[in-house]
Amino acid sequence: MHIVVLLKAVPIVGNERLDDGYRTQRTQLEANGNDEYVLEKALKLTESAGGEVSLLTMGPAGAADALRKALAMGATRAYHVLDDALAGACLRQTIDVLTAAAKKLEFDLLFCGADTSDGQGGVVASALAVRLGLPYLSYASEIEPTDGGVRVHRLSPTGYDVLEASTPALVMGTQVLGEPRYPSLRGIMQARSKEVITWSLADLGIDPATVGGANATTRVLGKEAPPQRSGATVLKGAPEEVVAQTVDFLAQRRLI
Amino acid sequence: MAGIWAVGEVADGQPTRLTLELATLARQLSEAAGTSAEARSVVIGGGAATAGAEVARYGPDVLAVGTAGEGRPAAATLAGHLAALVRERSPDIVLLGATPDGKDVAGALMALSDLPILVNTAGVSWSDGRPTVEMSTFGGRLVTSSTFSGTRGIVLVRPATVTAEAAATPGSVETVEVAAQELPEVRLTERVEETGAGVSIEEARTIVGGGRGVGSPHGFRLIEELAEALGGAVGATRAVVDAGWIGYGQQIGQTGKVVKPSLYIACGISGAIQHKVGVQTAGTIVAINKDPDAPIAEFADLVVIGDLFELVPKLTEAVRARKTGTA
Repeated sequence: MHIVVLLKAVPIVGNERLDDGYRTQRTQLEANGNDEYVLEKALKLTESAGGEVSLLTMGPAGAADALRKALAMGATRAYHVLDDALAGACLRQTIDVLTAAAKKLEFDLLFCGADTSDGQGGVVASALAVRLGLPYLSYASEIEPTDGGVRVHRLSPTGYDVLEASTPALVMGTQVLGEPRYPSLRGIMQARSKEVITWSLADLGIDPATVGGANATTRVLGKEAPPQRSGATVLKGAPEEVVAQTVDFLAQRRLI
Repeated sequence: MAGIWAVGEVADGQPTRLTLELATLARQLSEAAGTSAEARSVVIGGGAATAGAEVARYGPDVLAVGTAGEGRPAAATLAGHLAALVRERSPDIVLLGATPDGKDVAGALMALSDLPILVNTAGVSWSDGRPTVEMSTFGGRLVTSSTFSGTRGIVLVRPATVTAEAAATPGSVETVEVAAQELPEVRLTERVEETGAGVSIEEARTIVGGGRGVGSPHGFRLIEELAEALGGAVGATRAVVDAGWIGYGQQIGQTGKVVKPSLYIACGISGAIQHKVGVQTAGTIVAINKDPDAPIAEFADLVVIGDLFELVPKLTEAVRARKTGTA
């Protein structure tokens, strides 16, 4: 079984920056949290049923550390779409590029995380499934290979739906799949010699002049600091007193 | 004439609150745009016409699309029908709700229609013949505004971006039929119900959240009781969900849900960045914590210092007493 895991290197959470050209930083990146859950599941599935896990990412050179960590967790190799012309790419361009990259690969399952911590869109997985003509199974809390297919538990507001499709298929997964492992020392050593295949836009048959910020379908108009909360009122003292004050506070704001 | 569409979701035969918010938003944007853009609501699925009648009270005329989607995931059925309708009638702007189904549909629609998309929207205004979209990003440290390079696109709108307001003149309901665009087959073989359908945290106006400080599943009962007294929903941090005290559906934060209630009461929650990103746009944040230096104090409106095991039951009691007029 060959599972490809789509992985994004995102700005380290809590340390994100946007420059004056409205571009996010291209260094100090980490693997997107939601992507690590599906990577963990992919590793577990191939460990028990045989096969290997490949990583696919589109991102700047600074994504290398995140890839190396994912390789240290146990992925076999990584494919990195790396091209300066991609700076400022919009979501639609991202879909075009990832589609072209995924088409070069043969796999049974393509895994995506639920969304990324930087964009918080959660639309790449379903768009990619449509473009690739793959069955799409999302918000997975469980993923189980079947004979010639895959079965997924999709989280619903009150439980889960059991979905089935034939493979190849695209599965978008959630944190419920389970905690990602830490790379072992041995894994870290092995990752140093694992293969990272770099693809330029030309390798994907995409004209660099058609992508990037200059051709983006959306554009950022401005950025500003959000309105600050005016500072908290602090209550401390006898429980009966602070509870009464809390109720007054809520009543004044018409919240109870 | 093209227009601004609000695409709704139906749950148990009723439009969701977010659906009514989107209908209101489409109406407001259409008013701001003048005669150039007419608002429509789109309701897709079994019972679309009935749910559509409720949606119509919020102003825009409703396109009610019936489906034969049994045995398929709702999002797949919705996306195929919506894409066909968009192709037929060419709206300029398609508003969708940032829910799991809404995101699935938005991505599929983007791929099927080639429309660009703006996501994670916390505010929308109209200028220069197109929407300007506000996004709260980087854990709430930054607000950006964006627009489309052209005049057409999809906007994925977070819950509580606007307040749903019925219109003076309700819209009409038109039942339409479309031949859905086919997507690769996915079979829905079973629906498993694990919990009752309580107040969902995305729709709730009040949320009481519990963190590691709650200590145990038993301690979490106190959180549930306060939420119940307030008529609100229960939320949790990732640590609590990982511990198995409550389901993932209640998790607020980076890998959980982003919520915007009028009131958030955080009990025993330190306020780590991963949790903060999910709740920082709440109207009022109250923190109950024994540690006055917990990071949550930096973005709360009211910080109550003390032992939550003592304070929360007393607060529950006081809220109940107030409601029954015995205070």
